[in-house]
Order: sequence, then C-alpha cells, then structure tokens
Amino acid sequence: MSQEAIITRTARPALVFGRPQHPPVLTKRARPTETAIQAFLFLCGALSIVTTITIVFVLGRESLHIVTSKYIDASGQVHTIKVWDFFNTLQWQPHRYKVGIAPLVSATMMSSAIAMLVALPLGLGSAIYLSEYASAKTRQIVKPVLEVLAGVPTVVYGFFALQFVTPLLQDLLGHETVEIFNVASAGLVMGIMILPLVASMSEDALSAVPRSLREASHGLGATRLETTLQIVLPAALSGIAAAFIIAISRAVGETMIMAIAAGARPNLALNPFESAWTMTGYIASISGGDLAFDTLDYNSIFAVGLLLFLLTLGLNLLSRQFVARFRAVYE
Amino acid sequence: MERLALIGSFFFTLLIATQGSITSATVLARKGHEPKFGALAGGLLALLSGVVAALAAAQMGFGGWPIVLAGGLGSLGALTALWRLTPDLAQQGHALPTGEHMQRNLAARKVRSAIMRWLFAASIGVALLALTVLFWTIINKTVGLVAVQYSVPPTELLLNGAPCGHELDELPNEALVDVLAENVRVARLRVHLLADIAQAAQNQWAQLSPQAVSEVLQGKKYPPSLANVPINKLDANQTAALLVENLPRAQIEKILFDEVVQPEVVSSWTLWESIAHREKIEAEATATYPNANVVWRSWLNKDFLTGQLDPRKADVTGVRPAVKGSLMLIAITILFALPIGVGAAIYLEEYATDTWYNRIIQVNINNLAGVPSIIYGILGLAIFVRFLEHITSGQAFGFNTANGRTVLSGGFTLALLILPLIIINAQEAIRAVPNSLRQASYGLGATQWQTIWHHVLPYALPGILTGTILAISRAIGETAPLILVGGATYLTQDPDGPFSIFTALPLLIYRWTTLPQAEFRNAAAAAIVVLLIMLLTLNSIAVLLRNRFSRRLA
Repeated sequence: MSQEAIITRTARPALVFGRPQHPPVLTKRARPTETAIQAFLFLCGALSIVTTITIVFVLGRESLHIVTSKYIDASGQVHTIKVWDFFNTLQWQPHRYKVGIAPLVSATMMSSAIAMLVALPLGLGSAIYLSEYASAKTRQIVKPVLEVLAGVPTVVYGFFALQFVTPLLQDLLGHETVEIFNVASAGLVMGIMILPLVASMSEDALSAVPRSLREASHGLGATRLETTLQIVLPAALSGIAAAFIIAISRAVGETMIMAIAAGARPNLALNPFESAWTMTGYIASISGGDLAFDTLDYNSIFAVGLLLFLLTLGLNLLSRQFVARFRAVYE
Repeated sequence: MERLALIGSFFFTLLIATQGSITSATVLARKGHEPKFGALAGGLLALLSGVVAALAAAQMGFGGWPIVLAGGLGSLGALTALWRLTPDLAQQGHALPTGEHMQRNLAARKVRSAIMRWLFAASIGVALLALTVLFWTIINKTVGLVAVQYSVPPTELLLNGAPCGHELDELPNEALVDVLAENVRVARLRVHLLADIAQAAQNQWAQLSPQAVSEVLQGKKYPPSLANVPINKLDANQTAALLVENLPRAQIEKILFDEVVQPEVVSSWTLWESIAHREKIEAEATATYPNANVVWRSWLNKDFLTGQLDPRKADVTGVRPAVKGSLMLIAITILFALPIGVGAAIYLEEYATDTWYNRIIQVNINNLAGVPSIIYGILGLAIFVRFLEHITSGQAFGFNTANGRTVLSGGFTLALLILPLIIINAQEAIRAVPNSLRQASYGLGATQWQTIWHHVLPYALPGILTGTILAISRAIGETAPLILVGGATYLTQDPDGPFSIFTALPLLIYRWTTLPQAEFRNAAAAAIVVLLIMLLTLNSIAVLLRNRFSRRLA
C-alpha cells in the first residue's frame, strides 16, 4: 500500500497540498436556529387546533353545567334541568327554568329560509349573468360592487333592516300586520347580505366548467339559455350546492341583523311578521351588559352556542364535500 | 263577494296578459325582429297586467296584502305564459319540428333565452339597487332638518339688562364681554378660565383658584392691574374680559351656548323629508315646539368626531372614545394575528409534508373560517374575560381594572376570529411564489429559512398585506364578539391602554340603533359613515400597497 493511499484513509492525515484536509461531511448539518424556527411555525399552525379544541371544550363544559347544576331561585326552590328538557318543552324561558330550544330553532330556520329565498335565486342569477352573459367590462364593474356589498359590516345591515325595510313592509302590508321588530325584514336583508357570497362562489363554479362543453352545445344548435341551464348548470352543480350550503351556514350564524331587527322574545309561531328570537339573536341580546356568571342565563348562552357551532360545522363540512367532488371532476 | 270579484278580475287580467304576451312575442319574433324585442313587449305586458291587477284590487277596497299579491301573481302569470309559448311538438307527429313549426319553435326558444337573460341581469340589478338604497338610507339619516329648542334663545341673551336682540356673531367683542358677564354665573366663568385658558385638569382647580392671575395665566394676556388678584376674587366682568382676550371667538360662543343658550334638538327629519316637505315640517315644528328653530344639521360634524359619549342626548354625543377603542382593538388584533397567521401559512405551504396531522391543521383552519363570529365571542367571554381575567384585566401587571372586559380581551378575540382568514389569504399568496425562485436560492446554498425570509416572503408580501387588510376590515366591523366580550356602550373617559375598558364604533351603532329616542338613529347613521370611511381608507391602503409592491417586484 502506497503512502498516498494510507493518507486518504486515515482520519487525520498529515498536510497534503491542494487537497481537502478531511473527507466532506455529507450528512445533514444540525442547524438549531432553523429547527427552532420550524418548531415555532408549527406551533402557529397548531394554534388553530387549540382554538377548535378550546371552543368545543368551553361550549361543552358550560353546557354540561346546565344538566349537572342545581339552580336555586329567589324563593329558595331548587331547579334541575335534564338534557331531555331541551327538546321536550316548547318554551324558552331560562329565567323561569324552561329551556325548550324549539322557539329559537324555529325562528332561526324561518329567518334563514327567508334569506335563502332572496339570496339563492338572486345570487345564482347574478352568477349566471356574470359568467355566461356579461362582457369582460361589465364583469370588471359589477364584481367590485358586489364585493362592496359583501364588505359592509353586518351591523350596518341591521340598521338598514330597521330603518328602511321594516317601514317599507309596514307601509305595504299595514302596521297592524307587521310588527316593528320582525323576522321577515331581518331575513330579507340577510338575503341581500349573503347574495354576494352565493354569487361569487357560484360564479367560480360556473367559470370552472370547461369551455368545450359550451361550444359543443352551441354547435348542436342550443341557445345560450339552453346551454346554460342544461349543460353548464348541471356540470357546476356540486360547486353551486357548496355555495348554497355555505350560504345557509352563514344565515344560521348571522347575529347582528337578527339582534337589531328581529326583536327579542321567544316565539314559536311561524309568522314572519312577528318578532322572534333566533339562536344568535338570543345570545347577543342577553349577553349585552353585565351578565352574571354561573347563572342559568349565562350557561344557556353556551348551550345555544354549542348547537349553533355543531350546526354550522356540519354545514361547512358538507359544503366542503361538495367542493371536493366538484374539484375531482374538473381539475 | 268582493273577494270573488277580485279573483275573477285577477284571472281575467291574467288571461289577457297571457294571450297578449304570447301573441306579441311570437308575432314580433316571426316578423324577424330581434327576440329581445318580443321579450321586452311580453315583459311590459306582464308588468302592465300586474299593475292592472293591483289597481283592480285597490279599486275594490283592498289594501296591503291583496294588492301586492295580485300585482305579483299577475306579473308572474304573464311571465309563465311567455315561458310556455313553445308550440306542442307532438301535434305534428314528427320527432323534430319542420318548416313553419320549426320557425315558430325557434322564435319561441330565442324569446325564452332573451327573457331569462333579462331576469339574470335583473338579479344583479336588485343587488346594485339594494346597495344604493342602503347608502341612501344612511345618508338620508345623516343630514337633515332639525328643530332646535333653546333654554335662552341667542337673541334674548341679556345685554345691559335687556335682551340683546342680535345673533351672537353680530355682536362686537366688547358687547360679548358684557353678555358673558351678565348671563353666565361667575363661578362657571372662573372654571372656563382655569380649564380653557390655563388648561388645568379638574383636580387642580381647587388648588389653583386662590393663586394670583399672574401665576395661573403665565404667558397669557392679562391687564397689569389684575396681576396680583387671586382668581377667586375676580369679578364677573374681569373674568369675562380675560376670557374674551385669550380665547378665540368661536370658543366664547361655544361657552355661551353650553352654559346659557343650551340648544337641544327636539325633533329631526330625514334628508328626503327636509328637501321635499320643507314647509310642512316648518309648520309642524311651529305648532309642536313654538320656541324651536328649524335649521339644517349634519349629524356628522367636527364635534361628533371629537366629542365625548353622552348616553342621553344624541345631539351632543361624540364618537371619539369609540374610534380610539376601535383603533386600539385593531392594533392588538394585528399585533397577534399577523405574525401567527403568516407563520402558520409559511408552515403549511413551505414545511408541512402530507401527514395526517398537517392535513388536520389545514382542514381545521378552513372550518374555523366558517365558524360564526358570535361563537368566537363566547370563546372570548369564557377564556379571555373569565379564565385569563388576571392577565387581561392587567391585575398581574399592577393595573386595577375591575374585570377582564378590556381592550386586550377584545383584541385577542378579534385576532382569533380573523386568524383563519389571514392564514388562508397568506397561503394563497405564498403558493403563488414561483418555485424557480426557491430553487435558485437553494442552488446558491441558502438554507430553507433564508430562502423563505429573503425570497419567498418579500415576493408574497403584497398578497399577504392585501389579505391581512381585508381581514382587518372584517374585524373592524365585527360587533357580535365585542358584545359577548363586554364592550361598553358608554364610557366617561377614553380607553387609554390595553387594560382599560373599551367601546367600539360598531357597538355604538348597535346600541344607538336600538335605543328608543329617534335622534339616536341619526347619530347611528353618522357613526356608520365614520365606520364606512375607516373601511374605505383601509381598502384604499390595501390597493395602494398592492400596486406599489407589485410594481417594485415586476
């Protein structure tokens, strides 16, 4: 074995001119700063998990208090509440220890339904016009305006409902029919508020349908309307369904319009011109000011919140499923 | 019987409308006119039939409901008729229509297409109309006539023992001194002397008032003869003269208004009413409030922007504490949400591999973006206000705020609320950075973080900033979480730090909209204008930033 070979093999060779002193280290070098930064960034991302867990934990724990606590009223009488009571009774009067959730849920469904009656046809109509009919220039003008509509704070919509829509309804239908605070006016305005969301999501779905489908349809002699309704719309259906479901979820969770314009009393009657507490409206109007901790009123906020959370979460997940299916087809 | 007549006439109109629309639309289309003319004619007829049905209902003494119903159904029926005007294919015994029938069929299909095009366009029209009406409703309430009633009308302020007979701005300065001295109590004049000229806080007044004029009014104008007189020995005339000497005229008039004239808005009208029914309003105001003056008033004015809150009087309340509160909330929100949000986005886009926990994080963030804001409010109430009260109230740092309903809690809650939005927007911006940039950086030997910090982030910055500003403009308008966290709607002093109780613009708008006094609706409208201007400014900044950065990088 020559002298040279020995030199390259030994770990610490004597000085050799023009050559690296020791073989290059090819393993990853430890960089503590990089690792620390990556760990920090991971924590930032994981914070969202913590948030979700905290939401579920807080809502769950305080709701559980309702069924495990004993509430003692002013006269010294002890009240307990069972889970069954939420669905069994038809009255929502936490201060009287009656917690039937039905009035709140029915008002929420009614207001959402009214909002959907406005938002779905108008939103879908706008989306179809923007994606199938409008020129590039019209789109350039209309889309930012719709964004403005989407950017107006909901409390401003509440003001609008109470100041414009309610008087309008009262003038049209008579003051004795329409109460000052009513679900119809709040629902209508909520529909206007959700319209841009439906329009932009549906338009995304419609625009994603390949051009070749439209051209094939036109080539067979279909009019633009027939192409839109019979070719493009079915092709974009899951995307549009996703938009509709997200819209419902938004309507269910909308608070300020309800708190301002829909009034504040539990009302099971399905008359949209009467005032009624929606779930969100209840939470908002009862917690303004100084709500005492650990009363049934306080805990009931969390129970209603839990229901609201689960409802919107379910709707959002469902919508995501539709979007995923839609993506799988065209992307 | 009447109802029967109504129904009968309604169906009659419907019949005419149907027949008329069909005929006009097909005839026009077959004559080679553009299908949209046929549709337009049919649509007009539909509208006409609606009006006729409504008129018929009104004629028979029906108000409200039936009119709308008749009008709506009439129009709807006519439109349906138009829609159904495709000829029956089966009658020819062919699979496809031919000849004359094909022409009719084609005309009908084109009419149909044109009608629907109008309807689609109309739905955008409804949205734009709604936006216009929304803004009009706000402006309508921001400016308008008001009836102002005075405790003492300006023309009846005493001057030399008799009503002066002039408006304040017509009086010379010397007369103003006398008016001040004769109408305002000397104690109040001394208070203004200390507060407005010497700029002393309320707790110093007692200590300052026995001191001599030369000490208290150092550097201000005063006659040498008064130099050694203590403040509390000055008589009314001397004090008034000092005030007029040292304060601008507008402030003197304000003192007179606040102390003596005390204008009070007793009634207000909208802009539209004020323009259209001026005389009626004036007559009504004279009848109801004989002492009142009807004047124009913009509810959005300088005093409104800089004034303190007043829970009882809409005409003197201001929004300064709320604007300050909103800005402080936003500052805290940005401080927490921006770094964490961008950090999470970097992690998800640059570091995360396709593992189960990374997928959970991503799905979870998307879901959090859809959680109603009021749920975040509940979270803030339970965690920041209650559980972390020791920290958020500042007791851990030696502050003594009563509870956790502070700016800090509100800011944290809003930060959690917009965090998912910031993350999603930042992710999109980072995803748009071309991969070649990263490869080039790695090729030169940069580490991953160096690549991100020096190349990816600067490139993605405009997108991140735009997304963040949009998220922040959402946070500024959020009301529900702040209600839960316990923002006040009345404060005696401005919020002055993260541990002070707070109010915010949207909270005031909510409160004022639901108060029974009508004048508070005007204040709410003015506050909405302030809020919208803040939002507009933010959005313009977003656009400017985006343009500026993208130009530099291009």
